[in-house]
Amino acid sequence: MPNVLRRPWLWAWLAAAATFAATLALGSGRGAGGLAYAALSFGAFAAIVGVGQMLVITLGPGNVDLSIPATMTLSATLALKAMDGAPDTVLLGLGVALLVGLGTGMANFALIFLLRLPPIIATLAASLVYQSLAIWSNRGLRVKPPQALAEFATGRTLEIPNVALVGLALSIGVWIVLERGVWGRWLLAAGQNPRAARLAGVPVERVRATAYLSVSVFAAVAGFLLASFSGGAALNMGAEYLLMSIAVVIIGGTSIAGGFSNVPGIWGAAFFMFLVVSMLNTYGAGAGARSVLTGVIIIGIVIAASSRRNHA
Amino acid sequence: MTLFSRYRILLPIASLALLLAVTFYVQPRTMSYFGLNLLFNLAVPIALATIAQMLIIMVNDIDLGIGAFVSLAACVAATFLEQSPLIGAMIMAALILSYALMGAMIHALALPAIVVTLGMSFVWGGLALFLLPSPGGTSPAWLRAIMTVKPPLMPMALVAACLIAGVTHWLIARAGIGTVLRGVGGNADAVRRAGWSLVRLKALAYGLAGLFGVLAGMALVGLTTSADANIALRYTLLSIAGVILGGGEFTGGKVSPAGAVIGALTLALAASFLSFMRLSPDWQIGAQGAILIAVLAARLLFNGRDGARR
Amino acid sequence: MDEPALQPTGPSRETAPLVTLTDVTKRFGAVTALNRVDLDIRAGECLGLVGHNGAGKSTLVSLINGALAASSGRVDFPASSADHALAAGVRSVFQELSLCPNLSLAENLRIAHADLRGWGWRRRAGAEIEASLDTLFPGHGIAADALVETLSIAQRQMVEIAIRFSPLGGAPKLLILDEPTSSLDAGIANQLLEAITRFCDDGGAVVFISHMLGEIFRVASRILVMKDGHIVADEAADHFTRQGLVDVMGHVATAPESDSEASPRQLGDVLVEQAGLQARRGEIVGLSGLAGHGQAEALARLYLDATSAWRETGTPPMVFVAGDRKRDGLLPLGSILHNISLSFLATTARWGLVDRASERRVGDEWQRRIGIRTQTLSNPILSLSGGNQQKVLFARALASAAPIVIMDDPMRGVDVGTKQDVYALVRAEATKGRTFLWYSTETEEVCQCDRVFVYRNGAISAALSGDALTEAKILEASFEMQESEA
Repeated sequence: MPNVLRRPWLWAWLAAAATFAATLALGSGRGAGGLAYAALSFGAFAAIVGVGQMLVITLGPGNVDLSIPATMTLSATLALKAMDGAPDTVLLGLGVALLVGLGTGMANFALIFLLRLPPIIATLAASLVYQSLAIWSNRGLRVKPPQALAEFATGRTLEIPNVALVGLALSIGVWIVLERGVWGRWLLAAGQNPRAARLAGVPVERVRATAYLSVSVFAAVAGFLLASFSGGAALNMGAEYLLMSIAVVIIGGTSIAGGFSNVPGIWGAAFFMFLVVSMLNTYGAGAGARSVLTGVIIIGIVIAASSRRNHA
Repeated sequence: MTLFSRYRILLPIASLALLLAVTFYVQPRTMSYFGLNLLFNLAVPIALATIAQMLIIMVNDIDLGIGAFVSLAACVAATFLEQSPLIGAMIMAALILSYALMGAMIHALALPAIVVTLGMSFVWGGLALFLLPSPGGTSPAWLRAIMTVKPPLMPMALVAACLIAGVTHWLIARAGIGTVLRGVGGNADAVRRAGWSLVRLKALAYGLAGLFGVLAGMALVGLTTSADANIALRYTLLSIAGVILGGGEFTGGKVSPAGAVIGALTLALAASFLSFMRLSPDWQIGAQGAILIAVLAARLLFNGRDGARR
Repeated sequence: MDEPALQPTGPSRETAPLVTLTDVTKRFGAVTALNRVDLDIRAGECLGLVGHNGAGKSTLVSLINGALAASSGRVDFPASSADHALAAGVRSVFQELSLCPNLSLAENLRIAHADLRGWGWRRRAGAEIEASLDTLFPGHGIAADALVETLSIAQRQMVEIAIRFSPLGGAPKLLILDEPTSSLDAGIANQLLEAITRFCDDGGAVVFISHMLGEIFRVASRILVMKDGHIVADEAADHFTRQGLVDVMGHVATAPESDSEASPRQLGDVLVEQAGLQARRGEIVGLSGLAGHGQAEALARLYLDATSAWRETGTPPMVFVAGDRKRDGLLPLGSILHNISLSFLATTARWGLVDRASERRVGDEWQRRIGIRTQTLSNPILSLSGGNQQKVLFARALASAAPIVIMDDPMRGVDVGTKQDVYALVRAEATKGRTFLWYSTETEEVCQCDRVFVYRNGAISAALSGDALTEAKILEASFEMQESEA
């Protein structure tokens, strides 16, 4: 088999390209440029949270962050509140968002490490608290993002949406760390075999802590951007990103069993998830058909990946 | 070994009793038939969904799709079951069967349960949208009658909770087949060596989970009289929390049906309780999270060194 | 699930063997674990099975109880004409217990006895397990409704044995007991030995594996000695003496001369001192004794205590060479190079980024020095043979600058050539001042060390060095030579 066919990100990108073509063929009402632009804009948010989730999932079975939606909402709410729509407060808002991300990440890992809770239940329980914090601080508030920030989030540079550029920059950063960095090697080692990694001198707990901090920070940034993009924070703004973050990681070719991650695939999967919805909309399919198809595709990909693994 | 680690069920009971005592103290009027009914109003479907989740956790898997599945069952109950009971019953049976098949597939192909159930949640959700694109439907009259019946002495929700706890305790903790199913969680190899088919056992566990998921959907419709495709999505997380609150663990087949029901009651009560408090209703969710963390932290304290091994 | 009731043995079958192995061979890949073995086991026999680690004992019993299928040859059950071991009444007490820790005794019995159903099964199961425990271990003090996880290791072992001895709707015909007394104290072990004798007197058959030679001589009517996949002796028990048995098991010929050509090394200060284990700078310290007697645990504890899961200290204080490659060593998805470089990545990195040039250089150097047979180090680790994978783990450890190297039985499944390469490498590195702690299950290997600690039952039973360091002494210290009551 030629080398390129074995690239795990290939299938996500092929699927995205196929749905792109199928959508255009049916005449979506907007041209290829418009569709690509929309995919880049909306795919960027899924990609950012997906890259974060990927780091945690790479740690191996049982590792997943279910607090992503709550962290997104909390970071967006607190950041917008801190900025209060005033100009020249963008950096303050970003700072608040990053602090929220660090805070939730530390809280999550504290529950996992100190109370020895399984990550699923720890992040779930913590997310309920974050959600309430967000509701409480958001109460009765309809704060708009500062004008400049809103313009940036919805704007474009060189015909590429700014949010996509931010997402790409973050992804490239993670990619470099994973492909070239010592930490990336450690993460992959810990995910493949934590005991072997520990016995080879990898500081496994530190790697785990960093991964859980990173996913929260990425979620916080995504929430901050999404609120700026859509003109304000909403309490349910993160809801769809729980399942989305896990789905793009798996479709993108990252192994659910841990120890193998893939950044380009996440972008392919994020485009694909958006384009499937666009395509089915174009075909006039209802929300139900879209959802069923999404589920079937996810399971199909998991089965294909597992049979490939078993035959290897 | 402490008292609490010897009798795993004590901690959930203590948590529920404490919460109930505080509720009575804050709002004495709840100490009545009507008050209790109000407090535990929505507990029955949560308890049923929690049992479903517990059956999956019992065999060392986790179900991220149970909320969507319960929603779908509720939509079927509010449409087909109401209009043509026979077809409705057949659809429900098909749903249970598909859960069993899902379990068999997860085991036979060695798939990660967390992803398969997540993918299936999209399927269940989509099917529910087919049935009810917008909120609507009607509860079958008999279902409504069952869920709103006013038994003497104790409100319906508590009677039903006791019933569910009793039946599932018998099935899982007492009966032979439940014992074997728990054995799968404890040491699947030992069960296989003794000559059992693990695929069949997993299918059985998932099939039972499907049955309780269907029951949860029906109970929910009986209470709310109508349904929508998103009606029970939060049950996924609630059910996981309920199992753990009830003294269950994610691995090792250590689950307690009665504990799971009590965990579900605790979650329902926590929601009702906080609406009686002067605290903003916005804190209800957060308080549930805080209670969850507190109980889990308490488990760590009570379980002492056993749990501290790394 | 379907365990047919055992047929009563007809008179014509009285003398037929319970199990017959005819010319049975078992291969795992290129390794022949069992080579053309013939064996009959008859009712009333108690077969003591002895031999070194890797002699083929476990493979032999796995073929009898059906856990493994033979590569060639036949396994039959003439006495019952059953077609599988379970139906022939063959029961096994496994070394890794087959109990569900989350269930009670009675519930565990229920899993082993599928036909136990209907109302009151729990009471009947409880009675069955209690009766079995009472017969085997009078005064055991274990309740039938206790959860297995609340029991001590010894109690679990007793329950495991008791379940296999109970009727389970039929009757046990042949019991395979693999080191059943390893976690029992002398009194309980004694009860078990008496029960085994009774069981055989009543017409049952037993295969008894133990490293306690005293126990073997007490219960066995016939002793089978295995070595390198062959049965090297199979005679009535009274044909053996203890010393004779040790001699048959071990290698009689020894060639310690190869050692003397190595120039004596200067040993430095004591670097390691933990739980009686001691090592000096430049010393090669061996850990010996039978497998599973605490050597691997002692080494893992030593390593984990000396290193941190949070800090990363540049040059590590010690490195670890795993013998259980799959569990403790390999990163199965990585390349050969990434598997090697894990131990020194952090020391050569700049700005947190891997210095790929020096990684490649060090990797190539070690490929040459240790002879990893592959075209390029970019190949996946799993493309290598087991021996070459083990070389990768050696390269990983030796490529770091750590002063202490821990080796946890690293020569499992490694061919002779590789072994010679590694011995030479270890001696060379020790001469440069590195300290080695080397656990091996192969006695001639540890005989090349400067000093050897022999483990038995989780503790050091002897420290040998100089002239006292002989294979015979190690064997003697590994086996319990006294009677178990002592």
